[in-house]
Amino acid sequence: MSATDTNTQPLVLVEDVHTYYGKSHILHGISLEIGPGEVVGLLGRNGVGKSTTLKTIMGLVPAREGKIQYCGQAITGVPPHKLARLGIAYVPEDRRIFRLLTVMENLRTGLDRGGVTDEKKQALLDKVFTYFPVLAERRSQAGGTLSGGEQQMLAIARAMMLEPKIILLDEPTEGLMPRMVSQIGQIIDVLHREGVAILLVEQNVPLTLAASQRVYIMEKGIVRHHCAASEIDVNDAVIKQYLGV
Amino acid sequence: MDAVVHFFQAIPFDQIVIQTLNGIVTGMILALVASGLTLIFGIMDVVNFAHGELFMLGAYIGVLVLAGTGSFWLALIVASLLVAILGAALQIVTLRPLIGRDPLNTILVTFGISLILQNYALWQFGPVARKINEPITTHFNLFYLEYPWYRLVIAGMSASIIGAFWLFLKYGKFGVWIRATTQDRVMAQAMGIPVPLVYTGVFAIGAGMAAASGVLFGPLVGVNHAMGLDWVLKAFIVVVVGGMGNLGGSIAAAIFISLLESYAAIWMNPSQAVIVSFVVLILTLLFRPTGLFVPTPK
Amino acid sequence: MIKHSNKTYWIGFCVIMALLIVAPLVLPEFWRRFLTEILIWGLLAMSSDILIGYTGMISFGHSAFFGLGMYGAAAALLIVSPPNLWIAIGLGLIAAALVSLFVAYFSTRLRDIYFAITTLIFSQIFYVIIFTWTEVTGGENGLSFSRPHLSIPGIYSTPFTNETLHWFVLAVVAGSYLTLRRITQSPFGMVLQSIRENEARTRAIGYPVERYKIVAVMLSGLFAGLAGVLYALQNRFAAPDFVYFLISGETVIFNVMGGIGTLVGPILGAGFFLMLRELLGRIFGEQFPYLIPLGFIFISMIIFLPQGILGFARRWLNR
Repeated sequence: MSATDTNTQPLVLVEDVHTYYGKSHILHGISLEIGPGEVVGLLGRNGVGKSTTLKTIMGLVPAREGKIQYCGQAITGVPPHKLARLGIAYVPEDRRIFRLLTVMENLRTGLDRGGVTDEKKQALLDKVFTYFPVLAERRSQAGGTLSGGEQQMLAIARAMMLEPKIILLDEPTEGLMPRMVSQIGQIIDVLHREGVAILLVEQNVPLTLAASQRVYIMEKGIVRHHCAASEIDVNDAVIKQYLGV
Repeated sequence: MDAVVHFFQAIPFDQIVIQTLNGIVTGMILALVASGLTLIFGIMDVVNFAHGELFMLGAYIGVLVLAGTGSFWLALIVASLLVAILGAALQIVTLRPLIGRDPLNTILVTFGISLILQNYALWQFGPVARKINEPITTHFNLFYLEYPWYRLVIAGMSASIIGAFWLFLKYGKFGVWIRATTQDRVMAQAMGIPVPLVYTGVFAIGAGMAAASGVLFGPLVGVNHAMGLDWVLKAFIVVVVGGMGNLGGSIAAAIFISLLESYAAIWMNPSQAVIVSFVVLILTLLFRPTGLFVPTPK
Repeated sequence: MIKHSNKTYWIGFCVIMALLIVAPLVLPEFWRRFLTEILIWGLLAMSSDILIGYTGMISFGHSAFFGLGMYGAAAALLIVSPPNLWIAIGLGLIAAALVSLFVAYFSTRLRDIYFAITTLIFSQIFYVIIFTWTEVTGGENGLSFSRPHLSIPGIYSTPFTNETLHWFVLAVVAGSYLTLRRITQSPFGMVLQSIRENEARTRAIGYPVERYKIVAVMLSGLFAGLAGVLYALQNRFAAPDFVYFLISGETVIFNVMGGIGTLVGPILGAGFFLMLRELLGRIFGEQFPYLIPLGFIFISMIIFLPQGILGFARRWLNR
């Protein structure tokens, strides 16, 4: 089944990509696509290559074979910092905010791109502080002093500073309390309504199914199942097969 | 009691004060040179063997500009800018291709560059030392000596340059980029920071700082093609003692070592006083190899 | 298959040895001396290859080992009368061994870059000591002495001729090469190479990595000192210039140019460098800063030809 009708091209298209870490063959020809403004889930057990897929799209790890396209243009080999400026934002596992920089400085790393007016910058900041009031409170504090949940919010807020067309979101709810988990779900919703596409890698199946329009399920570096999120639920045989213990 | 009095009388206090001043002055210049080195290492993981030659080139450009325009301050600015540009060019041509390869290659390449620059200077300028004249020739009276104001000016200028750079690092946009890249190169890229450009910029700044030190220090000693080596060696000792990549540590170590050497020079032959820095290095390696001025990791 | 390449290797070795043995009989004195010097510098470069090519540690301290070997031999030749060849060699090696033990103790606990810097600093420490301790080392002017006789104690003694000196040097260098080759192919050598590949993993397997490194440095230092002794014998003087770190730097250049990790490569690298220097001097005159073009070649090789001349030749021959 196709995510998009034949008139709109996918925002991100990954075709038959193989990635290696040294000699380890991690991605064995993965293919997927994300349409503009779509939330797409990527599920699978630990170690199947979900994070590697995100890193390959972002150019942090080179794809040895295969094709990756963004807005119709091939992006394999384009350096990550250029992709960020073109509108692909990456929020990694472990958040990886700049611990020694203040919250404000963390946000500035995304804001200080060329061609953004001061008004625009202020508008982006205001928006992010509205969504995440905690960050406004802590704006002069060092990133490392924030709690896990606050760091996750900062990581997402930082990505939003890039005004991305798509956010690659890697396990945002890992290690968070249930209250925060539902907050993450709300944020994904808000972003979706703003038209930002999201490729969501998660272990939390219910959250993923609720937030996404479509899901891919991976095993051993390749997609094994692909359907609309509405077609399955947590107890589905497919889920048990690929994610069960 | 008598013995104590005798002991204090034997210490040449006036010499100690003079040597303290000298130590601080040399220390500040060494700090400026070492800062550039530690900056480049801390941010790019590059050991810049050619740092001493950039220092030397700065001094020579200073000589030429001074001879042409008569202005010391203009010489300082032009030398720093030209060498910074040269540094950027060198980084782009020789170091960028090595990113991702074993960092030991950068030592080899920068060593090669240092050979080329040194021999180029020898070829162009000859073996005879040149002189840069001090911009300020007045002295003030210190005990029985007339101590040149210029030396204090050098110390002040070095401190200002380091201070200005520290402010730049803390507040400027490029400063945030540098700090982000140092902490997490991968995420810096993911945030759109052009990391290759940051590296080139950092190398250029380090080179400029080295050149500025060369011009500032020029009037104190003759400018010749081999002056770089002594300084780069001391700077490396300072960087190891201060803690690799630790800016504050390098500055503290630079002053510490220079003071010790200056004091030693009261009793020893100056060319042997360099042993002091070696001893400090050995002790540091034995007891606190991560650096004397690095807070013990928790 | 292995036997075949082994045979070709030994045939090649014998051919080259034959050429080198015949050389002093056919070459004019200048070139004979030049060849002997290439062998000596080649030995120095080979010793450095143990560290760079096999253990993965770049050392800038070889000038200290080389220089102390030289001064050690000088001391023996000046103090002991009549000057005895074997005592000179012995003393030179002991001096080099002590220095390398000292350097090894401090430096091997540090990783990569810090090791390189510390060896550099140490070699300069020794330079300063030798340069300033004029009473003992002759300071800036160095020491000169006469060449001892080639002697087998008690049996036979004859002064060296140019040819016999060359053959003596050749014997020592060839012997060193074979010894080092044997060592690098032994289990010890394998451990060194595994340290170069992945130090953490070698440590995790249980090898006392620091000890291996110290032995590697001492081995390297010993042969570097031997080169220093040979140099003293050939030229009959010792000077602080040879302890200056530039010697270490040139050694590393020989290694990179020739091809690291090959033992033979560094000798080729030394030959290549020295020939080029001689050539440039002849074409452009003595004052020509030959290090400038050589520096460019060196840098280009690091970037484009990291396997050195030998690696390039191998790939070319394999086509």
